[in-house]
Amino acid sequence: MDGAMLDAIIDKYERNPANLLAILQDIQKEENYLPKEDIKTLSKKLGVPLSRIYGLATFFSSFSLEPRGKHICTVCMGTACHVRGAPKLVEKIQRDFDVPPGSTTPDMQVTLETVNCVGACALGPLVILDGEYHGNMNSAKLDRILKPLKKE
Amino acid sequence: MAKIFKTPEELLQYVERVQAERDPHRKVITVCAGTGCCAYGSMKLADGIEKVISEKKLADEVGLKRTGCHGFCEQGPLVVVQPQGILYRKVKTQDIEEILDITVKKGDVIERLLYRDADGKQYQKEEDVPFYKNQMRLLLANNGLVDPNNIDDYLAVGGYRALAKVLGRMQPEETLAWIQKSGLRGRGGGGFPAGVKWESCRKAPSANGLRYIICNADEGDPGAFMDRSLMEGNPHSVIEGMLIGAWAIGYPGKPQGYVYIRNEYPLAVERLSVALQQAREKGLLGKNILGSGLDFDININRGGGAFVCGESTALMASIEGFVGEPRSKHIHTVVSGLFNQPTNLNNVETWANVPLIIEKGIEWYTSIGTGDVSENPWGGSKGTKIFALVGKVNNTGLVEVPMGTTLRHIIYDIGGGIPAGKRFKAVQTGGPSGGCIPESMLDLPVDFDKLTEAGSMMGSGGMIVMDETTCMVDVARYFIQFLADESCGKCTTCREGLRQLGLIIEKITNGQAQEQDLDLLDELSSTVAEGSLCALGTTAPNPLLSTLRYFREEYEEHVRERKCRAKVCKSLIRFSVIEENCTGCMLCMKKCPTGAAQGEKKEVHKIEQEKCIKCGICDEVCNFNAILVE
Repeated sequence: MDGAMLDAIIDKYERNPANLLAILQDIQKEENYLPKEDIKTLSKKLGVPLSRIYGLATFFSSFSLEPRGKHICTVCMGTACHVRGAPKLVEKIQRDFDVPPGSTTPDMQVTLETVNCVGACALGPLVILDGEYHGNMNSAKLDRILKPLKKE
Repeated sequence: MAKIFKTPEELLQYVERVQAERDPHRKVITVCAGTGCCAYGSMKLADGIEKVISEKKLADEVGLKRTGCHGFCEQGPLVVVQPQGILYRKVKTQDIEEILDITVKKGDVIERLLYRDADGKQYQKEEDVPFYKNQMRLLLANNGLVDPNNIDDYLAVGGYRALAKVLGRMQPEETLAWIQKSGLRGRGGGGFPAGVKWESCRKAPSANGLRYIICNADEGDPGAFMDRSLMEGNPHSVIEGMLIGAWAIGYPGKPQGYVYIRNEYPLAVERLSVALQQAREKGLLGKNILGSGLDFDININRGGGAFVCGESTALMASIEGFVGEPRSKHIHTVVSGLFNQPTNLNNVETWANVPLIIEKGIEWYTSIGTGDVSENPWGGSKGTKIFALVGKVNNTGLVEVPMGTTLRHIIYDIGGGIPAGKRFKAVQTGGPSGGCIPESMLDLPVDFDKLTEAGSMMGSGGMIVMDETTCMVDVARYFIQFLADESCGKCTTCREGLRQLGLIIEKITNGQAQEQDLDLLDELSSTVAEGSLCALGTTAPNPLLSTLRYFREEYEEHVRERKCRAKVCKSLIRFSVIEENCTGCMLCMKKCPTGAAQGEKKEVHKIEQEKCIKCGICDEVCNFNAILVE
């Protein structure tokens, strides 16, 4: 991220360290992850120790310190999804793309993530592909929505 | 330029005008735009309806409204044609023309789109469908009627009248007394009386007069989504509740508001932001609100995906820009909370109750629910509670019932029972802090105290129904694993204790456990509960202990017979082919990821056990019921 853009984000939150969480969210929204250099610059500009920012970035599960793939496939692991078979879906994606949850394929195409409930429990089990919700999933439906990703 | 209301009277006059301008007989097609229906494509559907209305030049005859969640998520996308209230479910874009031609123009119903219950009986009107009929929808009443992006819609159904009432006619102390007398208890889980909390916060010394009013919208309990639905569907009801709270707790000082929303709820953030902006434009937030002298505004803070941030002190640490670690509460947050100022935190549903109480009165409110709160604020549970009825139940969705309704009524009369003729096994309430309640206790009236007595708790209101195909040991493993992941790591008993509990349960599900491991679970659970600081740790063993208490025979089966009766625990099951049923269609062979399913066309297949990873896909795809799981 270039310096001007980072400055704009910091200014938007009044250069106030209390808004660190929001600042990091905005950086991740732009960059898809939290680049090391940006965190270092942020630490200097706000006068906040690097350890505190690193603490936040690793404490909150929505942040990633590694670049994420072009497509992000999130499987909901809420209780309702769990009892309707969500673990099987994660295992299948993991098998099909050879990628463990929380990781990205070597070609940077697909990141597999899990989330502890998105509150769309009536649709469980649920898979979110690039922000789009797919409800009542099973292995056949999963094949259908993931097919385009395998071709790329 | 929007008009800024300078007095409560101006607001009320405006409301009257908005109401008078609205024709109650006007035809309106409402499309549910909650997260559930959106996932089924309701936004595309609404766009389609809009297009056809303009193509057919019907704009004068019928309106379109994208509303909040109607709650009957299982049947989405939902469309309701007003004023008749005709409910169409699972509506597709190809149905649009027909709805306009037949229902809107001719006033006839399209039978194909009507809801049918399990007995095949069909229902025309939303209000007659058993799912709705058996509920008492007070908080959710307007979800299906108002467009959350239009403040006039909320005003037209009587919104902000409660605010006008308190700012015009009630002193802060009187407002506070109303909430105390109403017996309103916190809907976030613990059931702490809101009035007691409000009073403590009001009385706490604040040198600069600053008091924080926080709405906890970090709805982290898996299986609960009523707060999301309220924020998406009727955000102004939450804002109005917070405004009344600011008046009762913070005036004449300087109250300031925060809503802390989960990062996983983007639509709620969006709708609430719009609502806040519209409230500001009308002078309902900002300086000198309705001429009362109250200055109040609300900030939105997004969470970062940490379950523990639903705990009040962790949430406040997170708003301050630190990691969400809870602290001990020797000094309560009402005295020293956010930025060391007196802070009052309530959850979304609690705030949404406040305008109702003010509008309809204490007597009305206390007539709903259980117990008696006139002397003791813990003496009962008043008002309604919204539950997210999910899992293995026919009518999944949001259900609002009076406190004290039995589980049986909720699951069978409203929820329509268990799908596919399966047998009910348990219902899990209270999220990861709650427990599993067995069939023998289905007649338990649901309120704060009864659920706690049963070893579970109200929690935020998730209700996950489980049938005979759910393994209770696996459920306990799931929750312990969930909590071990979400533990912030501050207390050793929580951080390490949960990890060890997880390892022991894993041994049980793998068929490697000994009899004494069950006692060890019991013992370690009490250590975790006693040695942890916040509610995450102290309640963490609940799902485990309640399953041990009510479903001990399943644990014992896993340990003694190495058997999982629900056929969930992989190490204890095997897949094979039922020779009489197999037609040799080769489908399982094609789908099997490891080549374990083998055979020739039109000949009975077999499953090679060494290669089988027990993924269950063969069973899922087989059309002839030829896979045996044992």
